[in-house]
Amino acid sequence: MIAETGHYALILALGVAIVQTLLPLIGARVRDPQLAAVAAPAAQMQFVLVAIAFIALTTAYVTSDFSVANVWQNSHSAKPLLYKFSGVWGNHEGSMILWVLILTLFGAAVATFGRNLPRQLKSNVLAVQGSIGAAFLLFIITTSNPFIRLSPAPFDGQGLNPVLQDPALAFHPPFLYAGYVGFSMAFSFAVAALIEGRIDAAWARWVRPWTLAAWMCLTLGIAMGSWWAYYELGWGGFWFWDPVENASFMPWLAGTALLHSALVMEKRDALKVWTILLAIITFSLSLMGTFLVRSGVLTSVHAFAVDPARGIFILAIMGVFIGGALTLFAWRAPLLGQGGLFAPISREGALVLNNLLLTTACAAVFVGTLYPLALEAVTGDKISVGPPFFNLTFAPLIVPLLLAVPFGPLLAWKRGDLVAAAQRLMAAACLALAAVVLLLALNQRGPWLAPFGIGLGVWLITGALTEIAYRVKLGQASVSEIGRRLGNLPRAAYGSALAHAGLGFAVIGIVATTAWRSEAILALKPGETAEIAGYTLSFKGVAPRQGPNYRERVALLEVTRHGNAVTKLTPSKREFTVERSSTTEAGIQASWRGDLYAVLGDELNNGAYTIRLYFNPLVRLIWLGALVMFFGGAVSLSDRRLRVGAPKRAQAKAAAISAAE
Amino acid sequence: MTRKQRRGVLIGTCIVVLAVAVGLVLFAMRDSIVFFYSPSEVADMAIAPGQRFRLGGLVEIGSVVRGEGTKIRFVITDQAKTLPVTFTGVLPDLFREGQGVVAEGVLEPDGVFHADNVLAKHDENYMPPEVAKKLKAQGMWRGNADAAKVN
Repeated sequence: MIAETGHYALILALGVAIVQTLLPLIGARVRDPQLAAVAAPAAQMQFVLVAIAFIALTTAYVTSDFSVANVWQNSHSAKPLLYKFSGVWGNHEGSMILWVLILTLFGAAVATFGRNLPRQLKSNVLAVQGSIGAAFLLFIITTSNPFIRLSPAPFDGQGLNPVLQDPALAFHPPFLYAGYVGFSMAFSFAVAALIEGRIDAAWARWVRPWTLAAWMCLTLGIAMGSWWAYYELGWGGFWFWDPVENASFMPWLAGTALLHSALVMEKRDALKVWTILLAIITFSLSLMGTFLVRSGVLTSVHAFAVDPARGIFILAIMGVFIGGALTLFAWRAPLLGQGGLFAPISREGALVLNNLLLTTACAAVFVGTLYPLALEAVTGDKISVGPPFFNLTFAPLIVPLLLAVPFGPLLAWKRGDLVAAAQRLMAAACLALAAVVLLLALNQRGPWLAPFGIGLGVWLITGALTEIAYRVKLGQASVSEIGRRLGNLPRAAYGSALAHAGLGFAVIGIVATTAWRSEAILALKPGETAEIAGYTLSFKGVAPRQGPNYRERVALLEVTRHGNAVTKLTPSKREFTVERSSTTEAGIQASWRGDLYAVLGDELNNGAYTIRLYFNPLVRLIWLGALVMFFGGAVSLSDRRLRVGAPKRAQAKAAAISAAE
Repeated sequence: MTRKQRRGVLIGTCIVVLAVAVGLVLFAMRDSIVFFYSPSEVADMAIAPGQRFRLGGLVEIGSVVRGEGTKIRFVITDQAKTLPVTFTGVLPDLFREGQGVVAEGVLEPDGVFHADNVLAKHDENYMPPEVAKKLKAQGMWRGNADAAKVN
């Protein structure tokens, strides 16, 4: 009964989504505001209905209702409760429901909180949002229905892929989808502006909070995925330039560019056409990510099961939305009018450089990801484009951007003074250069480029601090004046400084781990010892252990450093009885210097075990940096100037107060 | 700066960045692309020693030999031709005899493929699509649906 309720709610949601799409557009044509006003309640209704479907599916999972085929395929009664929940989106059908749930949540949020939006824009935005919802609901109902029943109901389920039974991965998809789908708001606003043929600075003010929220979620989602791959796959790496990883990284790059170009549009009423195009591209890349992961054209650790019918359906959705939006863009964009040109050395000039480099880097990733598919389709040759390609193309394009980042916030709008900015950055540059020189001296044998990479990270962090220091007049004003200025500084300034510093931390982590990681593959018998990066590990043997839904063989490694006991590492191999597959659990000891990382391999003929050891210096900074970027976004989002319509309300309140006086 | 100069700077910067990007992509395409071959293709064509490529196929049943330190030997087959492989390290969890696998590395002059990376995907029914295609052509394909039933 619960499953049928969910199925029914999905079909109703499709109907509501179609109404939400058509009535506002017709209303706009015949100038009937009541027809257009249907959009808001329809968006809220659509969200409620999809939420009912989602809750129905979750209930089926939590109560282990194996008469539902989807639950039978992806769950098991002995699975821990957390993974019964995360199992809902650990498969194609359920994850699509989550995708649409987040989509309708954004739509309902605009309907509910967007009271200050112009009526026409709001109903157009909701109509476009409704059309995306309708397309994906149709996709779910026709090709990926999670509510199909099995009769007779099997006694127990087949279980969830063990590598997915992990806390970081339980929350990775919701954040990732919130990011992907959140960019649909920017897309809907862009298409709505094109339909109206009118756009102004206020448009950017409405779009920015949604884009920022989506960007934050995507940042965290990608970081969680990388963190999971790091400790779960047992390769000790944090990023593999795997096509599916790239599929999430491209919208992030384009979305980052969009955040910055919307800033120019809001402040200077320029880059209008470009911002609209970027909004369309960002969501198109999100759609492409969804398509690549689900169509089976890519095989990857992250990919879902293959079904050609689904691939073609998503391809059709992509074609309609991307093609439609770009056609509309070509037709209507000239109406929007160009903003003024501006001086190359200015805040907006710096942001244009940011956009240019980010989108070019994104294009390089795009080429590397799709070239093998294109080549195979054309010539039949099978190739893979791996990390060397991306290191060679992405890094040279992104390094100039990282060098330029600290300058941006120090340049004034309209006409910046590069020399003055450089003078203010002198201290930051000295610190970064000191780091480079120190590391070059210490690092006699290592890769000579690495110290410069670390210097780049230091430069980003000190540059972000410089901006705050400059804005509070550190070193010029009195202490109380500085305190007052710190308090008065808009949160958006703290937000961008945090985000830029977070990027610096991530850069340091990436460079240090890549350049100075140590690795050893050993055959150890119980009682033998190994050394890596100054640690001594003595192998005590392997013992069996029973987990909630798996059996494991756990190795014990006692770690000492300079004769002092540090920790015990327990890498293990888990055999999942139900799913009949095994996973490798790395033993990791985290410290401020880096991670000691041990993986247990196979037993050899002579009683020894293969053991793989890594020392990953400063690797935690990568995810710490992403977290700092997330918080930077959150601080920025809490800035009241960014809140939709807040200025108006504040003025109204001020007017009321002055009237009361 | 006149309007014309400003536009010139903007367009010039765009052209420089795009030209650099295109150059980098073309350069990287030439040097850092890895081709995928099956044992039959390796037998048919002359691959220069030291040329990196990916070798895909099934792990021949009974061919896995461990115990020489951390070095592991096995044979990859596409049911027509076979190729011996050596690998040092920890094999992925789903590396099994009779299962699909992709090894990346170089062919040594003695005819042994020296892999430095072995991929077996995290799905028990997974088979490299290239291998599946070959097996289908040879009538040896056991589809995913059948595999699921066997489980």
